[in-house]
Amino acid sequence: MNNHPILKSGFTLAIIAAVCTGLVAFTWQLTNAHIAANQQAWLERSLQPALSGLVFDNNVTESMITLQPPHGLPGSEAATIYRVYAGDRPVAALFLVTARDGYTGPIRVLVGIDVNGSVTGVRVVEHRETPGLGDRIEANRSDWVLQFDGHSLHDPEPGGWAIKRDGGQFDQLTGASVTPRAVIKAIRETLQYFEANADTIFATRADADVQERD
Amino acid sequence: MPTSLTNRFKDGLWRENPGLVQLLGLCPLLAVTGTFVNGLGLGVATMMVLMASNALVSATRRWIQPEIRIPIYVLIIASLVTCIELIFKAWFPALDRTLGIFIPLIVTNCAIVARAEIFASRNTVASSILDGLVMGTGFACLLMAIGAFRELLGQGSIFSRMDLLLGGEPVLGIILTDGGWLLMVLPPGAFFSLALAIAAKNAIDRRRREKRGTLSRRPRLLNR
Repeated sequence: MNNHPILKSGFTLAIIAAVCTGLVAFTWQLTNAHIAANQQAWLERSLQPALSGLVFDNNVTESMITLQPPHGLPGSEAATIYRVYAGDRPVAALFLVTARDGYTGPIRVLVGIDVNGSVTGVRVVEHRETPGLGDRIEANRSDWVLQFDGHSLHDPEPGGWAIKRDGGQFDQLTGASVTPRAVIKAIRETLQYFEANADTIFATRADADVQERD
Repeated sequence: MPTSLTNRFKDGLWRENPGLVQLLGLCPLLAVTGTFVNGLGLGVATMMVLMASNALVSATRRWIQPEIRIPIYVLIIASLVTCIELIFKAWFPALDRTLGIFIPLIVTNCAIVARAEIFASRNTVASSILDGLVMGTGFACLLMAIGAFRELLGQGSIFSRMDLLLGGEPVLGIILTDGGWLLMVLPPGAFFSLALAIAAKNAIDRRRREKRGTLSRRPRLLNR
């Protein structure tokens, strides 16, 4: 071995690599279940605001459908829809969509719409907007995002789905107008999508359910 | 022994503070110190990696040929950071979401590979773990100090969102004023804060030396 220092080095590297891999594998084993549970809990908690006041009995996180672009919803990446049922009757749909025209990048928005087309709740899930200005779209920083509850595509009329500065009926945020514009546009487009596709959204679920029962 | 222990802590916290004096690990230092809790979280994570990597490097130092030591350090550090990331995801999921990419990026914190090279590869395991502890504490303290400073000036609050670490309901912290000086939360604020911290440290050191009348004594790092 001494004549082949490179072999010796390779051998040492291989052993250390194996030990390190073992260490990571062991930690993964230890934490895997916890991480999966956390992600599930986080998802359920983040959907909660859009579910308040609804009566339903299905497992919302399991009723998910993922639409690959182009899907007609805001955003150029995959959109997710969670369907909410009471028995066989559709109650609401929660949309996870992307507003592409944020000030510093895409904004992930959760929009809950009940079966009558009214907004049940809006939450910003992920964003990189300016701290102190645009980040007031977060529900724990200001009430701004709560003002959409109960509104629908025809209340106000489509022209009213804008900030007041643009002639709409919704509040703006001081020092940030690009961010609210982007969020409101995403909500409006989601409502339009829901109005056009409500039947298909809920229908596929019923079919899937029947297949599962068989 | 106690005196040398005190000395080691003085080195880590002050005289050779990885952030203030060695200016290592600036990327996370500048990026995550928007609030106190972020600084604390990343500081603790970095300290854990530093202690574990020092221990492993020191334990294997006899079998590591000098030519391949750097790839081995990288291997060890990368695996440890992956482990820490998994642990954070499992037990501090909220903090993991806030710190985001900066947990995996601990790999690139030069403070860790520097301590492996300068200290752990030449000293016993116990001594290396201690070195990881003091250097990690020094780095974490700086992160917390800058985090607290920026949060105070930038948001007018302190200790907000401690629930990320401790669990429970969202905590708003102690709110002193409504809103603050936005610049301090934005990236330039991080540079200003670090500059102020380094200037303050140098000013304090200078005043101390002048008091002793030994201006000739240089900071130890410069002797290297």
